[in-house]
Order: sequence, then structure tokens, then C-alpha cells
Amino acid sequence: MKAITTDFEYLPAVTVGEALDLLSQHKDDDYKIIAGGQSLNTMMKHRLITPEYIIDIKGISELDYIKYNDKDGLRIGALATHSSLERSEIVKEKYSILSELEENVASVETKNWGTVVGDLVNADPAADPAPPLIALDASLTIASKEETRTVSAEEFAVDFFETAVQPGELVTEIQIPALPKNTGVYFTKYSQLHGDYALASVAVLLTLDDKKETCVNARIGFGAVGSTPIRAVNAEAVLKGQKLTDELFVKAAEAATGEISPITGIEASADYKRELAGTLLKRVAKEALARAKNA
Amino acid sequence: MKRHLSIVVNGEPRDLFVEPRTLLVQVLRDHLGLKGTRQGCDSSSCAACTVIVEGMAVKSCSILAMQVNGKQIMTIEGLAEESKLHPIQQAFIDNWAFQCGYCTSGQIMSAKALLDENPDPTREEIQTAMDGHLCRCTGYNMINEAVRDAAKRLQARKAGKEA
Repeated sequence: MKAITTDFEYLPAVTVGEALDLLSQHKDDDYKIIAGGQSLNTMMKHRLITPEYIIDIKGISELDYIKYNDKDGLRIGALATHSSLERSEIVKEKYSILSELEENVASVETKNWGTVVGDLVNADPAADPAPPLIALDASLTIASKEETRTVSAEEFAVDFFETAVQPGELVTEIQIPALPKNTGVYFTKYSQLHGDYALASVAVLLTLDDKKETCVNARIGFGAVGSTPIRAVNAEAVLKGQKLTDELFVKAAEAATGEISPITGIEASADYKRELAGTLLKRVAKEALARAKNA
Repeated sequence: MKRHLSIVVNGEPRDLFVEPRTLLVQVLRDHLGLKGTRQGCDSSSCAACTVIVEGMAVKSCSILAMQVNGKQIMTIEGLAEESKLHPIQQAFIDNWAFQCGYCTSGQIMSAKALLDENPDPTREEIQTAMDGHLCRCTGYNMINEAVRDAAKRLQARKAGKEA
């Protein structure tokens, strides 16, 4: 596909107010919001979608930010690119997992134009940012002309390429709470090529007690092993309140493989992905524990 | 309905009218005749179409032209000074970093963006920055060596200018 062959009406916005006005006017129409368009343009080229209206938010500079304070934690505006997340000094210092994960997201050229929020809204279950955001207990702010609401990262995607965002709404921000002390977070994905979509990915957050012996909180997010990113609450329950050992991580992995529902694809079978997800969880939990002990 | 697009390409202001569905690569190749930028996979997988927008390497096949309205764009045609090749171009020739050349303009534009920001990258940093580019001819080692050689040439040129 060399081109987008279907015309659309192009509606650029340069402020959030303008974008919400346009969304309110067109909420009953066939529209798509474009930020970087690194997935959307390819979908339009392949005529998987042929919207009548494109509402362009790339020019809304007020949403291009990454901010941190100790009280509210990290806030990532809807126009922050993958590259700006990867390069942010405060992210490297406070949430190194997010800069680490960006090393393996797509290519530099795609990250320079594509946004983190756009990646979430596209809602490919194999995309990288969702599992770490679930582990970090992140939430998303969704605005419309009428109201502003908040949805947790784990409830944001509702099915393959579908999210909680309703017609007329715009995701404006991701919030990630400040991390408690003695907390370690790690994420890894398995893909056949560097930067490619994951066959399975997992993020683990572990918080230890003051003696750094007992796990007081565990959060686990999986990617690419279901129709949405998945929070593995049963696996978390295996770890909470316990002294963490390799044997316990094996039990958590067993619990997790019952919570995920991978599908067979051209690269691997569902059984392979389930096995892979369990193996990754054991490795990632081990590293998260090491990080929590050093935190 | 066509829209007015005003961009600066290789230092030259260009004004044109395009359908909003037009991609940046189409504006460069079809509207402005700058055929040095290649269309390879056209699905954001090969990076042959890489150009520099406001200092950043991006894939021109995956960006709506209207999104670069008002911005500075550099393509492979913007590198050479009259008949004298840019040091990165010369380094690619001298290090045998291409055969068919289809991916080369994209490779060189990413190398340019990298070296503008990091004039002395390590082998690993080059590998990371050039990671998205597919080449089916030469093997990536010569490309990496060409970029390292280009870094040395650019530093020598800069030192010469400052002296």
C-alpha cells in the first residue's frame, strides 16, 4: 500500500479546548483522532479503517509534557513521544523501567513521532507500555466537553484495539503514583526481532517491608497473551504477605498461566506463549525482587 | 478538499496544496520531485523513507504531510554542497556501506540525526540509532563502520573550521 486512498476531512486542533469542541461536534460521526499516527496511518493505508474525519491533535503543545513531583508522581501528557519518555532525566531517575522498556519499542524513527498515549489508545494487546503501567498502578485521564474522568491502566483496554474511550472523548494524560520505598519494578518482553511486537511480555512491581523480607505489595501486568493487557491478580496474591523465594515465583507463574488467554498466531502457538509467559514472569519477578532489595 | 501546506525543505520554503491524506513521502517525491527519499516497505518496517524533521529522524511514509506544516525538513538532497558530497555520504562510499543503494538515503539521514546530536557515538550507540533500517545487501557491519568513519571526518572538519 503506497498511499492512503480514501479522502477524509482534516480537522486540526491546537488547544485541548479546540479538540474537545471538534470531538463534541463529531461524536456521532465516523472519526479518528490522530496524534503521531504511527499505527493509524498504516491502518488507513491498508484500508482497515476509512474514517470520514481525522481530528489532528499533534499540534496541541500544552499536552506535550512529562512532569514529576513527589506528591502526585509522574504525569505524561498525551503528546509526549516515546523518545521523550526514553530520554527524560526524571523518568530515568524515578521510573527507570519506563526508559528501559523504550529501548525495545519499535525503532528510533517511530519513537520520534509516535506518542505513548497513542500507543495505549491503539490498544494492540502486544504493545509494550501497558504491562508496566498496570504494574505501576497508573491511570489515564479522559476528557470530554462535559466531564473529565479517570480510568485505571488495567481497565483501559476492553478488547483487541478497543478501549474505554467513548465517542467525544480525548485521553489527555497518564498518571503514575510516586513509588513507595523498597519497591522494585522490572519488565521484559520476548519478540523474534529487536523492537518488534512481543510474543509475551510481563511487568512486575514488588514492594518489601522495612526489613526487606516480606512482600507487602505485588502488581503484575502481562502483554500479548490475551485480547487486552492483563493484570494477574491471582499471581499477585501468591506473592503478597510472603517471603519471596524462587519456589514462590514458580507458584506465581503457575497461577498466572491460568489467568492469561493467549491465542495461536503465525509465530507461536497459544501453548508456547503460555509457557513463555510463565518463564518470563519467574525471571522478571526475580529481577524486581533484586531491585526492591537495592532500592 | 486540498489544504495549504507550507514547509521548508533543505532550507528552501515550499508552498503547495495537498489532499490531507497525502503522506510526507508523497509530497517529497511526487510533489517536489525529490526522489532521493525511498519508499520501501511502506508499512513503517524498513526506514528507507527516513528524513529529518526539526532535527529528528522520522519515517516519511508514516506521517501525514499536514502534520509537518510550518516545519523544517531535510532530505538526502540537502546534504551535498554543490558537487561536493557530505562527509557521511563519502564515508558510505569509502567503506562499501551499500550495494543497491535503496536503503542508503534513509540510513544516511538517520546517521546525520545521530551525529548532529552525538558527534562521537560508540559502536553500540550507532547500532541502537540505526536499528530500524533494513539493508538486504551489505551486512550491517560496513554501515556501522561508515558511520564511525563519518563521525571522525565530521570532527576533523569541525576542528579544521575552528582552527
